[in-house]
Amino acid sequence: MTAAVSVDGLVKRYGDIEAVGGLDFEVGPGETFGFLGPNGAGKSTTINILCTLVVPTAGSALVAGHDVVAERAEVRRNIGLVFQDTTLDDYLTAEQNLRFHAELYGVPKAATTERLRPLLEMVGLEQRRGSRVSTFSGGMKRRLEIARGLLHSPRVLFLDEPTVGLDPQTRSSIWGYINELKRHEDVTIFLTTHYMEEAEHCDRIAIIDSGRLVALDTPEALKASVGSDRVQIRTADDGAAITALYDRFGIAAAVREGEVTFAVESGEQFVPRLFTELGLPIDSVSVSRPSLDDVFMSYTGSTIRDAEASSSDAMRSFARAMRR
Amino acid sequence: MTTTPAVAGSDVVAVRLPPRSLGHELRAVKIVWQRELIRFFRDRLRIVTSLLQPVLFLFVLGTGLAPVVGGGVGGIDFRTFLFPGVLSMAVLFTALFSAASIVWDREFGFLREMLVAPVGRGAIVLGKCLGGATVATFQGLILLALAGVAGVPYDPGLMLSLAGQLLLLSFTLTAVGVVAAARIRTIQAFMGLSQLILMPMFFLSGALFPLSNLPGWLQVLTRINPLTYAVDPMRSAVFDHLDVGTAAREAMNPGVTWWGWQVPIPLELTLVALMAVGMLAVAVVQFRRAE
Repeated sequence: MTAAVSVDGLVKRYGDIEAVGGLDFEVGPGETFGFLGPNGAGKSTTINILCTLVVPTAGSALVAGHDVVAERAEVRRNIGLVFQDTTLDDYLTAEQNLRFHAELYGVPKAATTERLRPLLEMVGLEQRRGSRVSTFSGGMKRRLEIARGLLHSPRVLFLDEPTVGLDPQTRSSIWGYINELKRHEDVTIFLTTHYMEEAEHCDRIAIIDSGRLVALDTPEALKASVGSDRVQIRTADDGAAITALYDRFGIAAAVREGEVTFAVESGEQFVPRLFTELGLPIDSVSVSRPSLDDVFMSYTGSTIRDAEASSSDAMRSFARAMRR
Repeated sequence: MTTTPAVAGSDVVAVRLPPRSLGHELRAVKIVWQRELIRFFRDRLRIVTSLLQPVLFLFVLGTGLAPVVGGGVGGIDFRTFLFPGVLSMAVLFTALFSAASIVWDREFGFLREMLVAPVGRGAIVLGKCLGGATVATFQGLILLALAGVAGVPYDPGLMLSLAGQLLLLSFTLTAVGVVAAARIRTIQAFMGLSQLILMPMFFLSGALFPLSNLPGWLQVLTRINPLTYAVDPMRSAVFDHLDVGTAAREAMNPGVTWWGWQVPIPLELTLVALMAVGMLAVAVVQFRRAE
């Protein structure tokens, strides 16, 4: 069985800057594979290489069994793409956009007609097939792009930040549609995201930082690897609390997001000891199970939101606003 | 090859893409062309505004200058003289603005949708050029319908000949525009550049005045302007269907000369066609490189 995506020693340099520094991984057929990392980690470069838009400096990558450099056209026939920014024609209707895509990909005429309706139904846009895309909301456009990405029955669907710039409700509805399409379509999904809660939808997650793979496993296994619970306390004197934690319990704590944060094996049982033995007043305490955020933090040393330069988001929404 | 088949009860049928073929490339050309037409006819304002300027030139400038030009030599209406030039102007504007849609598409991301498709760059560029050519020719034809007002006879042969030449010119100019658009990232920069090209190209083409007895520097500039070789054959076609004396014809429609040698009309048209092919090739290379 061919892997949907197979990456071997992939390197991409821009001058002196190494965007991707030797990646190796495989994505199995039918998998939903999440690609996580802060901006500048090499996510977009990797996805662009896999989509044949960027030529790697060294190493190789196969998508649907075809080499992304030597068999570019074959790769393109086998992939669907949904980019961060919309690539729809606002002047055309939803259906015209889909038909344009079908013609460009050489989908047989009869098959196009047969496939249009179920795909539009799947993304909830059948009623709006004759409407111009300029009248669509951000979420509708994204759904239409997902339907378009699937129109030619690709083996791998690449979703580059599929929910960026959408409000939380729309984001979760997009995920509803993605999970729905997984039931209907025999397709591998390769996605990048910086929303940790979305990474939970994936079968496996790869975390990359500075162009290198730092972790690759199922969400459960990654969480288990971090192991301990996370305890956050609020005190009047954080510095004293950190010292006290180290002196009495041998725990290394740090201030994160304004609270003293540390990891222990079983948080609920630790809290009573904390109150009696710390010797400092504690204003509040919270215990949480490890989340993917903690996983990300433990592998990359920063929370994903700290790492995501907020400026890029700001720039993107600025660019969007300018276009309107 | 793949594992999990679609869930039972699924009504979405998977498609299998046929192998790449010439037919597929032609379908791509056709759909890119079609999109240009859909977009053009949705934008009625653009149809009107791009006709406004040529009409102004023809009727306002043509009528206003007629007394100064003194009714021409041999009683030829100045507007009749101006007509082929104004036709080329209509085509020039529309063709260049059609090419601007590439910059537009790049800004709005749609170009990416086309460039990641499993289809040759040639098909996309050719579709664009044919689309721009069709749209520009259509504008030219609207203007051509006004021939009678400018004193140009509605001779079927003349109309067909002019329509054919408009198509050739439209295609060439769109290809020029596509080459310019291939490298330009913003629509403002493209508009700036085309303003820089448009007026000099129009003024130096012989659209507004005959190309004989010009000072040396103007001789050179008009001869290196490709539009010159499109305006002259159209004017000759018009004059062929007018009842004018030799003296008037020599004054108003002297043709293009190279160091005293009269450039024949078939050669002029060939030059325009060669330019189209050359620009098309440059555009394809640029889009291949841009990948």
